Amino acid sequence: MSGLSIQNISMRFDLPNGECVQALKDVTLDLKAGELMSVLGPSGCGKTTLLNIVAGFLAPTQGEILLNGEKVTGPNAERGMVFQQGALFEWMNVRENVGFGPRMKGISTAQSREKVDHLLDVVGLRDFKDKAVYELSGGMQQRVALARCLANDPDVILMDEPLGALDALTREKMQSLVLKLWKETGKTIILITHSVEEALLLGERLLVMAPRPGRIHREYRLPFADLGVDADLRDIKKHVEYANRREEILEMIWNMEEEIMGRSEATV
Amino acid sequence: MELLVKLSEELLSILVILAAAMPYIAGYIGLILLTLFVSRLVKKLLTPKQDFGSLKTVTFGDESAVTSNFAASVVSVLLVLILWGAFTGSKILPSFLHAPGPFRGNAEFTYTAETGDGLRDEARVKLIVHGIGEDIILPDLELGDGFAKNDVMAVKAYRTKLLKWDKNDEENRKMGAKIVAINGKPIEQGVAVYLENLRIALTPKGTLNVEPRKGWQMEPIWLPAPEAVWGRLIEISTQGFKNFPLLEHLGFSLFRVVVGFFIGAMVGIPLGYAMGLSDWFRGWFDPIVEFMRPVPPLALIPLVIIWAGIGEVGKVILLFLAALWIMAIAARAGVSGVKISKVHAAYSLGASKWQIMRFVVFPNSLPEIFTGARVAMGVCWGTVVAAELVAAEKGAGMMIMVASKFQQTDIVILGIILIGIIGFGIDMLMRWVERVMVPWKGRG
Repeated sequence: MSGLSIQNISMRFDLPNGECVQALKDVTLDLKAGELMSVLGPSGCGKTTLLNIVAGFLAPTQGEILLNGEKVTGPNAERGMVFQQGALFEWMNVRENVGFGPRMKGISTAQSREKVDHLLDVVGLRDFKDKAVYELSGGMQQRVALARCLANDPDVILMDEPLGALDALTREKMQSLVLKLWKETGKTIILITHSVEEALLLGERLLVMAPRPGRIHREYRLPFADLGVDADLRDIKKHVEYANRREEILEMIWNMEEEIMGRSEATV
Repeated sequence: MELLVKLSEELLSILVILAAAMPYIAGYIGLILLTLFVSRLVKKLLTPKQDFGSLKTVTFGDESAVTSNFAASVVSVLLVLILWGAFTGSKILPSFLHAPGPFRGNAEFTYTAETGDGLRDEARVKLIVHGIGEDIILPDLELGDGFAKNDVMAVKAYRTKLLKWDKNDEENRKMGAKIVAINGKPIEQGVAVYLENLRIALTPKGTLNVEPRKGWQMEPIWLPAPEAVWGRLIEISTQGFKNFPLLEHLGFSLFRVVVGFFIGAMVGIPLGYAMGLSDWFRGWFDPIVEFMRPVPPLALIPLVIIWAGIGEVGKVILLFLAALWIMAIAARAGVSGVKISKVHAAYSLGASKWQIMRFVVFPNSLPEIFTGARVAMGVCWGTVVAAELVAAEKGAGMMIMVASKFQQTDIVILGIILIGIIGFGIDMLMRWVERVMVPWKGRG
């Protein structure tokens, strides 16, 4: 059985003051191999918690994660992760960062060099291979992070707002790159984002989560990611369907935020 | 209450000293502002406004516009040397820059003595004021006439001398004779007579206290001239000081620092790592480390001397203790400071615990460790000098302590300068090592 199966995951933990938080409740989800799913939701809806559970950094209080039929018990190279920022190793240059995964498996630098160089070409860092990572711009650093993840050839790539810290223009370029890499490599990708536009453009499937307790609110299947592989992302944004969906989801999240605000105001 | 009164008296006397220093401080600041004004003027005349810094219209409060001005540093150091030379009568300075020196040479005055019967007679005193250690020839003595006879005397510069004027007179103090005037000016106890180069006072016993003019220059015993210090440097680096050459004194101090620091780091870094990685170790050592850290290493000197004596072992133990806590805390901070996303990234790239230790936690902690090492080296250098001041057979601190007991102020000053240079050199070296070893510091 190939693909990622999230079965009935619940997560609650105790706070120091005696209260307890239900971060996730009964989240069930199946991803086929090669699917790209984006996850949206207001803050506090448990999307990052869910991602950390899938990555194996957190153990759920209930339910289990199966990858290709096997239970996930901890972090592993088959589930790669791309973080928002600051997860590169500054003490290594670009090439060493990308070659980190193979090196951990005991593959020598010489053996992995061809693959590393190829990946750096793909993400457009041909001329920056020997640079220190702190010399690169934010967008370039995220390209390194993508290449580093791909060098390990994981089954699933988990992205935790990977483009969140980039400026708007760089972000658009990187969105195309993510789509291109997804299509070329056929990886299963879960992408967490705050941007409705990004979720619509990149997600083959789009999951909207609701807070308190964190749960799946609604799921969409979208055509834009497939279109975006070849077309200009800005053209897609002109589609009527795209605009309608965007307004629909924005309103949905807006209402959730309002509800949270109302609730906390009531308690004051 | 009594304590408060005592303390406020102390505070008052400190404030009085400060107030007395104010005019000099104000003068110094005025000098700085004057040179600033001159340099601005020169700059305006010399260079056109073109580089980026000069094009800025707002420099006040702009950190990047306030860098160290090299010219100001040069002028400042030169000024220190010039002031030093001026107030010590240095031979490397042209004499017009010298502050007024002490009076040297020949002088004379007359005194008027009065017998118990009211008879008066005058006698002349010839004196020579000479530098310490100079050979002198006393002027010939002609006794002259009358009951008061002429005198001759020699006085050392910066010193005073009592003149027993009646030792050769026909009427002396026992017979009721006393002095009533100097050069015709009346003199009595508590009212001194000022001559051109002399101050003459009457002592309670009726003798004359002769004090040549001291001028503004410092006596070598307080502050030797720069060339004297330089001469001492040459002398003790070739002939040594107290049985050991200068290099051996400095070398031993450095050796103690390096060995003590090294052992401290060897123990402190693993300790800090254990504290950063395990809650049990952290709980175990936190009370010890947090208690020992604020104890100044200097406060441990007596105990270390009691336990280990004044030899090398005691010194190294002291420096080990000085470096240990600093390094442990730096390593702990380095380990705890690793961004969790880096650890997560490494895990999801397939790294094992050991690999994460080796490739993530260790390199990530290096900047903190180097910062700690720089601080520890500075503290160790200060501590070793202090420990040598207390007791040692050789070392930079011992050198200045022993020299001070023999009033060899030139060696004391030389020692202080050398200690400063070495301390500065250590810091520069550590900065350089840091730049080379952890170029990513502060750029994560």
